[in-house]
Amino acid sequence: MPIEILMPALSPTMTEGKLAQWLKNEGDSVSSGDILAEIETDKATMEVEAVEEGILGKILIAGDTDNVAVNTPIAILLEEGETEADLANVSSSVPNSVAVTDTVAESSTPAPTPVSVSGPAVEFVAPESEWDGPVVKTTVREALRDAMAEEMRRNKKVFLMGEEVAQYQGAYKISQGLLDEFGAKRVIDTPITEHGFAGLGVGAAFYGLNPIVEFMTFNFAMQAIDHIINSAAKTRYMSGGQVSSPIVFRGPNGVASRVGAQHSQCYASWYAHCPGLKVVSPYSAADAKGLLKSAIRDPNPVIFLENELMYGTSFDVPDTDDWTVPIGKAKVVRPGTDVTIVTFSLMVGKALDAAEELAKEGISAEVIDLRTIRPLDTETILTSVRKTNRLVTVEEGWAFSGIGSEISAMVMEQAFDYLDAPVKRVAGVDVPLPYAANLEQLALPQSSHIITSAKEVCYRS
Amino acid sequence: MATKKTPTKRAPKKRTASSDVTNEQLLEFYREMLLIRRFEEKAGQMYGMGLIGGFCHLYIGQEAVVVGMQSALEERDTILTSYRDHGHMLACGMDPDGVMAELTGRSGGYSKGKGGSMHMFSEEKGFYGGHGIVGAQVPIGTGIAFAHKYLEENAVNVAYLGDGALNQGQVYESFNMASLWELPVVYVIENNSYAMGTSTARSSANSTELYHRGAAYGIPGMQVDGMDVIAVREAAKIAVEHARSGKGPYIMEMMTYRYRGHSMSDPAKYRSKEEVQKVREERDPIERLRAVMLKKKVIDEAGMKQIDKDVKAVVSKSAEFAQSSPEPDPSELYTDVYADA
Repeated sequence: MPIEILMPALSPTMTEGKLAQWLKNEGDSVSSGDILAEIETDKATMEVEAVEEGILGKILIAGDTDNVAVNTPIAILLEEGETEADLANVSSSVPNSVAVTDTVAESSTPAPTPVSVSGPAVEFVAPESEWDGPVVKTTVREALRDAMAEEMRRNKKVFLMGEEVAQYQGAYKISQGLLDEFGAKRVIDTPITEHGFAGLGVGAAFYGLNPIVEFMTFNFAMQAIDHIINSAAKTRYMSGGQVSSPIVFRGPNGVASRVGAQHSQCYASWYAHCPGLKVVSPYSAADAKGLLKSAIRDPNPVIFLENELMYGTSFDVPDTDDWTVPIGKAKVVRPGTDVTIVTFSLMVGKALDAAEELAKEGISAEVIDLRTIRPLDTETILTSVRKTNRLVTVEEGWAFSGIGSEISAMVMEQAFDYLDAPVKRVAGVDVPLPYAANLEQLALPQSSHIITSAKEVCYRS
Repeated sequence: MATKKTPTKRAPKKRTASSDVTNEQLLEFYREMLLIRRFEEKAGQMYGMGLIGGFCHLYIGQEAVVVGMQSALEERDTILTSYRDHGHMLACGMDPDGVMAELTGRSGGYSKGKGGSMHMFSEEKGFYGGHGIVGAQVPIGTGIAFAHKYLEENAVNVAYLGDGALNQGQVYESFNMASLWELPVVYVIENNSYAMGTSTARSSANSTELYHRGAAYGIPGMQVDGMDVIAVREAAKIAVEHARSGKGPYIMEMMTYRYRGHSMSDPAKYRSKEEVQKVREERDPIERLRAVMLKKKVIDEAGMKQIDKDVKAVVSKSAEFAQSSPEPDPSELYTDVYADA
């Protein structure tokens, strides 16, 4: 059956173009790959290649014709054995192929469609059950190690890899003893190769293993951020739900002490920005243990942000090997009625100190430890703000596009009428972190800043 | 072109081409290469009609690489590649309907229309993408090989990369770990001479011997005529056997050529029409195999015609499916971001 050759589009946005000239004449035989004609647009000249074999039966649009609409039949191709008499029996359109021979932009951008900023509904996450059994004084360091060891005993597909995690027993001694118990197959010293081992971990996770990838600090994970976001966070969506990345990226985050700008940064808002990731940043040892166990069991990529300054701090931890804390649930660590202070990680301690001072001045502050940054437990924050009508956010990272900014926007959208004062953000000063002791102190949020901000939103001086 | 090997490790004994390839296998190679070519031509047409959006990177010219490699693999083995991935998917047995419907962004596509040309996966067929960031698939494939070893599956991962990707740092990070830990991975460099518009001579030091790039890590390499499906298969057997036997990674440099632009909107000013035409006339992998089969009387002209017809029918069906499959339901916008914990 004769086949129609259609005017091709150079890009999805092209609607018409000029049929410049025919390079084949009626009656010429044509084979696959032959150039039939040239077409011009304002952006480029392109050649029309034949895909089907046959004889150019009839040219419908002559050369040098302007404004030919895309998908207009421009010629009819006769198949082997057909003659002009068959021209009437044209088959359903089969378009031709195009090869571009002039400059054109690599992509064409379709008009954006408006989307709701609200996104999917936030799922309710039940808090962990109250523990009334025995507890053990445990450091955050030991709690993290115990979480990994327990999960490695529970699931043979869990393994730990990173720089100095095995023979050295961990740069910060988090993995102490793990090599002895689990051996070199499951506790793996990597070369200094963050981009490489993060990608390798993601590949192992795609195939069903449960890697724990330790970054000596999250500052070094910037070398690996392409794999964390483009490979780990997006693949489940891009694969239509087929391929998941059950992987944990963990290590110390934020400012340590006098290590300078490149080693002192909070990445909470960087990762919290990205759908597909979960972001956890605990304060207490019990939460560190319970959340790390949940993170290892989670079928999604989890960013687990620790704090070096917390590693040696002891807390009561439930004396059990099955203590988990749900991802996505904040915790009211000090109840209060006058002002809500929302924070996470090391800053929880500063906020609790501030609340103690504020109490002496007759201000009752409620302190919320987010524990999880993404998915954000908006309900716990909103419930508190509806009660106190005042909000201060505290984070070590920069304020610009920070976690406090996100919470502030969320509260404005969902509890505007409950606010009796503008939200205040306490955050790191907007500079790379300095080395000098006095400047470093000045650059970081202190309890005094939290106290001042809390008084401001309470209109007290 | 002779198969050259890097001197870093003792070269395995050379096997003669066409050693044990049966006539049935030759016919299968021909059918698969033709399927890829016709599929890609159809994708090009549909792009021209505006039915396929965004980027579309065609594999035309390189068919022998993936078909020859795949013939040396076993069912438990895995592969992954970059964004020029349609040929790999067809070669590992994925359904042309599902691939074409992903190109048109329809719900019947392998990723329900949410991935597009560059992002498809099939755990069932051992295909792990479809990766859009140049070189990123290399550590991921190395990680799949790590998992094969960890799970003691005796399986091999084949990680395909282009000559352009070979200049990414993460490729060498992968080479180092793969060799250090003796991971069962075969790195297949599809050297089609151009990293988008930049020739290997302009982008890569010692560009005529890219298979040496693993030498510093003790990884053996070989250069193969990637336009000869039988040569590819014979070389693949050596490399895959090396990886499977626990000796660690192997690098294969396939000398191949892409006839079309880097993507559909590539003006291709960086090479002459004569250069492309010369390769098509002298080295085309499908024509070469066709000549071999006719000479060996594996099949006659009529039989060839029948294969052409059958392949065309498969491709036409995929194009019809890709246009009739509905667009994804708007509710799909929010699904598949997270797996249920």
